[in-house]
Order: sequence, then structure tokens, then C-alpha cells
Amino acid sequence: MTDTELRVSKIENGTVIDHIPGGQALNVLAILRIDGTAGEEVSIGMNVPSDRLGKKDIVKIEGRELSQTEVDVLSLIAPAATINIIRSFEVAEKHHVTRPETVRGVLRCPNANCITTENEPVESRFDVLEDGVRCAYCGTIVRESIASHIHST
Amino acid sequence: MHHDHLISAKQLSRTDIEVVLDRAAEIASDPDSVADRHADTLLGLLFFEPSTRTKMSFDTAMKRLGGGTIDMGSVDSSSIKKGESLADTVRVIEGYADALVLRHPSEGSAKLASEFVDVPVINAGDGAGQHPSQTLLDLYTIRENAGLDGLTIGIVGDLKYGRTVHSLAHALTNFDVEQHFISPESLRLPQGVRYDLRAAGTTVREHTEIEDALESLDVLYVTRIQRERFPDENEYREVAGEYQVDSSLLESAKPELTVLHPLPRVDEIAPEIDDTDHATYFEQAHNGVPVRMALLDQIL
Repeated sequence: MTDTELRVSKIENGTVIDHIPGGQALNVLAILRIDGTAGEEVSIGMNVPSDRLGKKDIVKIEGRELSQTEVDVLSLIAPAATINIIRSFEVAEKHHVTRPETVRGVLRCPNANCITTENEPVESRFDVLEDGVRCAYCGTIVRESIASHIHST
Repeated sequence: MHHDHLISAKQLSRTDIEVVLDRAAEIASDPDSVADRHADTLLGLLFFEPSTRTKMSFDTAMKRLGGGTIDMGSVDSSSIKKGESLADTVRVIEGYADALVLRHPSEGSAKLASEFVDVPVINAGDGAGQHPSQTLLDLYTIRENAGLDGLTIGIVGDLKYGRTVHSLAHALTNFDVEQHFISPESLRLPQGVRYDLRAAGTTVREHTEIEDALESLDVLYVTRIQRERFPDENEYREVAGEYQVDSSLLESAKPELTVLHPLPRVDEIAPEIDDTDHATYFEQAHNGVPVRMALLDQIL
């Protein structure tokens, strides 16, 4: 175990999301819709030194194993993230995030005139492009600052 | 057409388009042949925004096919005023009609509606998004007057908010057409439309002056500055009256130049053009009926 990993508490069972770009940990939690209200035990390390990223964030979630579908949406803001599934303090599985074809309900369309921003019974849906995302309803393309369009921020 | 709904011109292949245009030509030459073809069919008209040509031509088209229409009426006189969602409105009206024609001020509204109903939805304009049935009649008019391949077209005016422009530009990528886009800097084609055109292999040629492209054009498609879509009236005033097509401008155009406009016009085309051979916009508006008859015949 490295010094970096020791900065936040070790977990017994759950998920460790590593190699998040520095400063993006809270956005990662927002995308995963983890805000603590469900009682999850969450540890966050922000801007810890990283050989690969310079500075990185780490998120550890006790008692919850994230599925591949759940973590793939992180590729929008943390394309280099690695996901470690922890069981009995050991790394049981290790995954990389891959870009999904669509993301649902995570982002809010920046087009104020898009029907998904109105009081309609639909969740937002974005198709994932090579260099951004596109609203499946109005066609608006978002390439920069995707994290600023996360629903709960 | 292999689609239940007509939401965007992007879904139309060249074959899809040609099937509708060919059928429209047949209907135009012999309207009596389809007079009872869709008897007992009811078309629901849901117009959340004002409309004259689109609504009346769909109404006429359905009736000339032997069917009828039911009209939601104005937003002020409907349950929308009470806060009903679009999803609920269309789910109610699908029980009354065999197909729905929807105009709505929000982009993506027709797509949303199509996800909540089992009857076909025709997008008759979703905000600044798409207006594919207008495109079909535009293409029909272009084909009748100038042909659809080996064509150079200039599209001028409000390319940002003009939904007829977005649909037409997409549809023209199916043909051998050189497209020129002429607008003020602030009203250029939206990023999403440009993305799709380039993905379809179309070169997006942009200008700020009509004269920069005029001499090479076979068709000039003029559009109104969409005042109602500007978030700020001052922004509208900055670009209002930017372009006017008049006799002196057209002196340098090809004699056979076809001038189109989806109408209504404000001051983009001088009345003096109306009596010239260039003026094709009233014929274009009249073509709405046989083309929409052909479209309904395909969809119903």
C-alpha cells in the first residue's frame, strides 16, 4: 500500500475509484448520485500527488460495489479512472472506465429551450460523441465543462 | 418510408424523399384518385404555436384524402393552460386520432411526444429544431423548378433559429448539391447542424453577404429573421432587415434563379420580385397540400 492510499481510510468492502483528475471527486460523486443521504460511508482524497496525473483525486465508498454501467458514465469527466472492487480489504476486481453510448439522467441539457428542461416525465439522455456529448432530444452538443452540466450540481 | 414518425429530416434517406415526392407528383396530377383513400381517418392537429400554412395545408391534405381533422385549438383554450405536460396531452389525444401533427415551441418536443404514443407523430416544427414536412415540400418545389442534383443553393437569413433551414440542409445532403449559408455572424448555423452536415460529407460554405455567392446559385432560399425566438429584442433589432432580395440585387443572378421562402415574409423579399420568373414561394406554399397528402398517405 502506498502513502497516497493511506491518506484516506482503508475500506473493508466497497469500491475505490482512483486516478480521478484533481478536483473532480465531488463531480464523480454527483454523477454517481452519491450525496451521503443514503448513509454511504465515503472517503475522499483530493489533489494527492500522482505520477501519472500530477494531482489526482480518490474516492472510496464503503459497502457499495459499483457496476460497470454505473462507472462508465465517469468516463465523461475521468477517462483515466480505475475502479477497484474491494472485498475483505482485498482488491477483488479492477476495471477501467469505458465510454458508454448514452448517458441517462446524469446531465442537464444546457439548451434552456430543450423539452427535457421542462416539466415533462422524461430523464435527460445524451449520446456520447468522441469529443463530447449530444442531447438526444434537441441535438445540442456539449464539448467543454461537461461536469458543470451534471444535474445535481 | 420505414418510420412511423417523422421527427427530423435526418431520418430521411434519398429513397424516402423520392418516394414521397413521386407520390406527391401523382397526387397533384390526379387528386381525385385519392379522394376517398383515407375515409374515416382522423388527424389530430396540435399547434402550440401560431401557424397558417402548415396547419391549413395539413388540414386540407387530410380532408382531400377523404379523412377529417380534430384540432386542439389554441393553447389558451386548452388544458395546457392548466399546466398539463406535453406527454400527457399527446397520450390523451392519441385516443382520439389516427396520427398527430405537432408544433411546439421547445426543441425535442416531437421526439418526446413520439416516445409516449403509439400513433404516428409528424413534427410540424419544434422550436428552432426541425420542420421536416416543410422540407419535403421545399424539395418538391426545387425538383420541379431546378432539379435536385448538380444544384447550387444559397440559404440566407436566420440560420440559427430557422428550423426549415436545419431540416432542408440535412435533407440536401442526400443529393449532389453545393450548399452556401449566408447569415449575420450571430445567426450562423448551430453547432449541432454543422456537425451533422460535416458528418454527412457536406462542405459548409458560409458567407455574410448574398453577393458573395449569388452568381453561382440555382436556388436562393430566403428565410425570415425569427424574431419570436430571440431572447433579447435588442439582438433582434441588430440583425433585422439585414438582407433584402430586390430587383437590383438579382441583376447579377442567373436568369433562371429560383427564389424560395417558407413564408411568412417580413421584408426579406421585395414585392417587386413577386411578378418575376424568380418568384416561386407562392407555388412552394401551394405544394404543401399534395406533398402533405403524399406524406400522410405514406404514414397512415
